[in-house]
Formats: sequence, structure tokens, C-alpha cells
Amino acid sequence: MKSLEELKAIREKMQGQLGLREEENAKTRVLVGMATCGIAAGARPVLNELADKVQSDHVKDVMVSQTGCIGLCQYEPIVEIYEPGKEKVTYVHMDKEKADRVVKEHLEGGKPIVEFMLHTVRANEAKNK
Amino acid sequence: MMPEISLSILDVAENSTRAKASLVEIGISIDTKEDVMTLVINDDGCGMTKEQVAHVEDPFFTTRTTRKVGLGVPFLKEAAIAANGTFSIESEVGKGTRVRATFQYSNIDRMPIGDISRTIQQLVIYHPDIDFLYSYYYDGASFNLDTRQMREILGGVPFSEPEVAEYILSYLVENKQETDHGAVE
Repeated sequence: MKSLEELKAIREKMQGQLGLREEENAKTRVLVGMATCGIAAGARPVLNELADKVQSDHVKDVMVSQTGCIGLCQYEPIVEIYEPGKEKVTYVHMDKEKADRVVKEHLEGGKPIVEFMLHTVRANEAKNK
Repeated sequence: MMPEISLSILDVAENSTRAKASLVEIGISIDTKEDVMTLVINDDGCGMTKEQVAHVEDPFFTTRTTRKVGLGVPFLKEAAIAANGTFSIESEVGKGTRVRATFQYSNIDRMPIGDISRTIQQLVIYHPDIDFLYSYYYDGASFNLDTRQMREILGGVPFSEPEVAEYILSYLVENKQETDHGAVE
């Protein structure tokens, strides 16, 4: 059985470094909708991918978290990105691959991906009607 | 219905976190001789009135205001009933809510449990102010994860700290493997 001993070692290692990082410095918030609608539409792998990718690419000042239902269930999985001084970006119909691109192009590259945005998807829907 | 039981667990446990619970208990118990899997989700949150409990299995009931349907509990109930199981929910205002579902383990219509370790890990790291007690039992073997214990050891180091988050996931994955020897998917 994996024991709690390892956790003690992690704590000892971490303690000196705390306060220098994480939440206080996190300026950009990435929120994934995790209510019934989001979960059923596949939000869990999207949240995992965002969290893993931000971590593995060492993207600075970004906090990935979850939120509830915002009333746009038909567009789930939804990812909202709040950056200070900028308008909120709402990405819809997300999946793992799109999440990957959001981290690379938006969070790391600073270029929001217009084709995944709510207003683009809505405009396309209207066109196809 | 959700494609995996673990997604229903995540969904119903999210209800507990929104009900301002301080402790959420999640238990999965599989007894292959009796051919039954039992799932319990208990919280000490704000609870519901009798009237709310009576309606909660109804998809057109929800306490939220962003939409008019609530499918979390109905999905779990459906999954249990489809697998020749049972479902119950009890709640008391100010005390909390207890959800219990059973499934005929070998039933062809029982949904796979799915990625339960990742589900529990997510609940723990994304709800830093809530404690979780997760227990997993399989034919006489068991393990549990108690965030109160972990919190004490960590002394202020958050669960979301990448190394801690990783440890929690491998704790869940490895101990599940040792408990059921990979028999449960």
C-alpha cells in the first residue's frame, strides 16, 4: 500500500518554497464548467488536460479551476478565461485537443483562438440555419 | 445517463460541495460473491426540506437558477435501476444528505465505474476548503483516503501543489490496484 510517509517528505521539501508562487501570483484564471451538463459533455478530460498541460509546460501565472453551470448547457464543455485588463474569453464545445491548443496558443502564445469562441460558434450556427 | 459511474459520483458530490458541506464521504464497496456494488455519498451540508427531497429524483427539479432541469441525481438513479439495483436519498435541513445506490455488479447494463481515481483527486484538489473521506472496498480488501489526515501532515501546503496533486492521484491509483488487483474497470 502506498503510505502517507511520502507525503511527509513532500511537505518537508515544499515548505521553504511556499508563498513564492501559486495563487498569489496567478493572474489568469481558467475555469471549466463542471456541473451535470459539463460533466456529461466531457468536461473532466478537458479539465485534466488543461491542468496537466499548464503544469508540464510551466505556464506561469495561470490558475486552472472549476465552476458550475452558466446556463449555456448546449455549448458544454465550456472553458472561460479571465485575464486581468482583458475581456473574458468563452470557449465552447471543448475537447482534449482543443484544450491543448488553448494552452499553447492562448495561454502561452497570447493569441486567443477565435474559431473556438462562443460568438464564432453561434455565428456559424446562424449561418447554417 | 452518464457513460461512467464515476462521472455520476463527481456530479452528485459536486452537489454536496455546493451545499456547503465541510465533510463529504464517498464509499464504494464491491462484493462479487453477493454480486453487489454499493455506492454511498454522504455530506454534512445544508440538507434539503422534505419537499425538495421528494422532488430531487425528478429531472425537472433543480435548486439552481441558471437552468430549469437537474439531471445529476436522476442520472445516478437511472444507472442503478438499469443495473437491477436500488436508489435512495435522505436529507435533513441543517444536517446533510445521504445518497445510496446499489448495482447488480455482473449486470450487463451496469455502467463501468470509469476513472474513479481521477474523479476523487479532482474533487480533493478543486475543493480545498472541504474534507473528503473516500473508502474503497473490494471482496475483503480496502483502503481509504482521508483529507483531514493529509491536511495535518501537509501543514499548509495546498492539495493543488503539483507534487501533492500527483501524490494524491498515485495514492488512489496504486491503492486501488492493490485492493482489487485490477479487476474493476
